[in-house]
Amino acid sequence: MRPLGTRYTNVHDPAPSRLSYRLMRFMLTPLLRRLVFYGIPGFVLALAVGLYFADEEHRENLRAFADDVHRSIIERPEFKVSAAQISGAGPTLEEDIREVLPVDFPISSFSLDVQEMRKILVELDPVADASLQVRDGILFIDVSERKPAFVWRKRDGLELLDETGHYVRSITARMDYPSLPLVAGEGADKNIAEARTLLASAMPLADRLRGLIYVGERRWDLALDRNQRIMLPAEDAVQALEKVLILNDTQELLDRAISVVDMRLSERPTLRLNDGTSSVLLRQIKSSGADQ
Amino acid sequence: MTDFYDAQRAMRSMRKAALQRGVIAVLDVGSTKIGCLILRFDGVDRNIDAETVGPMAGQSGFRVIGSATTRSRGIEFGEIVSMPEAERAIRTVLQSAQKLAGVRVDHVIASFSGGAPRSYGLAGQITVEDQFVTEQHIAEVLSACDVPAYGEGREVLHAQPVNFALDHRSGLSDPRGQIGKELSTDMHMLTVSEKSILDLAYCIKRCDLELAGIASSAYACGMASLVEDEQELGSACIDMGGGTTSLSIFMKKHMIYADTVRLGGDHVTRDISMGLQVPIATAERIKTRSGGLMATGMDDRDMIEIGGDTGDWEHDRRTISRTELIGIMRPRVEEILEEVRAHLDAAGFEHLPSQQIVLTGGASQVPGMDTLASRILGQQVRLGRPLRIHRLPQAYSGPSCSALVGVSLFAAHPQDEWWDFEVPAQKLGARSIRKALRWFKENW
Repeated sequence: MRPLGTRYTNVHDPAPSRLSYRLMRFMLTPLLRRLVFYGIPGFVLALAVGLYFADEEHRENLRAFADDVHRSIIERPEFKVSAAQISGAGPTLEEDIREVLPVDFPISSFSLDVQEMRKILVELDPVADASLQVRDGILFIDVSERKPAFVWRKRDGLELLDETGHYVRSITARMDYPSLPLVAGEGADKNIAEARTLLASAMPLADRLRGLIYVGERRWDLALDRNQRIMLPAEDAVQALEKVLILNDTQELLDRAISVVDMRLSERPTLRLNDGTSSVLLRQIKSSGADQ
Repeated sequence: MTDFYDAQRAMRSMRKAALQRGVIAVLDVGSTKIGCLILRFDGVDRNIDAETVGPMAGQSGFRVIGSATTRSRGIEFGEIVSMPEAERAIRTVLQSAQKLAGVRVDHVIASFSGGAPRSYGLAGQITVEDQFVTEQHIAEVLSACDVPAYGEGREVLHAQPVNFALDHRSGLSDPRGQIGKELSTDMHMLTVSEKSILDLAYCIKRCDLELAGIASSAYACGMASLVEDEQELGSACIDMGGGTTSLSIFMKKHMIYADTVRLGGDHVTRDISMGLQVPIATAERIKTRSGGLMATGMDDRDMIEIGGDTGDWEHDRRTISRTELIGIMRPRVEEILEEVRAHLDAAGFEHLPSQQIVLTGGASQVPGMDTLASRILGQQVRLGRPLRIHRLPQAYSGPSCSALVGVSLFAAHPQDEWWDFEVPAQKLGARSIRKALRWFKENW
């Protein structure tokens, strides 16, 4: 038997003391174990972080640090955009674009909102479409300009329209664009598609055509030189015009002293003679009648 | 008699509670080492197709999550002789196993080999009044067994029905649902000294654990080391431990006899220590490193350094040949085996249809043991090692841990014992009336 009351210092016996055995069993209790290994450290960590950031200065420091990091990244030379290169735009349009885009170079590519810039560009009247791209530190802006297709004479001036009828820009003299056909009348831009088909059909009269007039916002008139006018109906205007052209081919209708070919009722074309012509014609008819 | 019955029933319900929690510890209290495994029951065999694999001999359904062994102290011949030291040893092994497992264990199933186990064959017979044999009838026939007077201070450790007979049809393992008149049973009962159980229970209680079952290590070794057909046809498992050599005889998958020879590997070590005049630790080292039982010509030239630290050069430089060592070890091992032979003969082992003998336990690892054992015990001797159980560490898969594995199997799938059946009501009533009468007699 081991002597009573002595400590087992020299005896090789790896047995744990009763206390340490109980303590270990206590620590192995599942709930306590989870509390000690996750709950308490988590709480202490949260507490420490909370206490540290309870101070306004510390929060400010953290924010400044975060800003510093953010800035140091976005200001790297790899992300710097130093210039914009605009292609596909005339000199005036290019100037307009530079004016309208809200960027000051050099700028970081993170602060460029290319989608927003494209939206701004497309809203410009002379711009049909635009694509923007940042490459090698340069903002490439590829613009396709609207091509003027018509000159629109309005009460308060002249405007250029493209082939969809969209406003391009205002001009001062019609003769700056002598090759473009002239349209007139309220709301002509709304129905420019029909004007284009009419123009295409009226190719035989191209040398005589002065312009197209939109009347009452529903139908087109063709204005020819010598104050001649072809009034077309609102419906089936092209067929009516082709009838006139056939009449012209066969009977030189438009070479005669006629001021208006009225096709508004296309089954019943009506001609209006020039002023004075009617009395001359009447006299001739009468005299020929008297001869008989 | 109802005391142990109630205690065993309480342990069974404790075991059920432990399985519900999923963690249980098994403890083998031996004379040389105390081993502990912590098992987790989480239904591993849910993935196994029961149709194709079968019950896997009971080793599925749980896995080992912690294991530890420690040197025994305070235990001799499988019995506790010094409570504080034994308690410290049990505490050590439980703490390291729990640490490894990372879970707290509250229930433990223990096995031990001491307590001078004694086997009894019981027989009982009843008349079945109903048409079919029911579980109630089985409980009745088990209660009808005439229990021998196994003496004061002894306790029943196992009481397993081994065989049922119904109207001259014997060899039934489960007579429930069958039709017959006369139901009789044979039961094997194993008693050990009450003190050894109480000591063990007290030590475990001191470690803040609940005892959820006790098994005899002879039984546990047989469960772990005998293969299925050996258990079925008749065989003996001889667990050669340090302090004791326990033997169990199995037949029809039931233990029918168990006994203990109070001789073991420690005696061999002590012989070497005395014969060579070396300390016990050195003798143990020489035995495990160079020991043997069958001398050959080679062994004459195989010189073993004995060593020593007395300071006397001549004394510390002694060498012996291996033949001399074998000459010391062999008589003692022969004595142990002859003692086993005597116990087997007393049990009537030679009448069994198959007489396979399986040697297991730490002391069976001496080279030449199988040859020597077959000379003494008979031709059908083999060295056994325990079944493999899920996640058992390699270091625990040797024959020295077969009792530990056996207790694990016992914890997972215990065989039916007497106390698994309900007490027949009229028997209990009669007993309590008799008790009341006795009380009247004693007090008036």
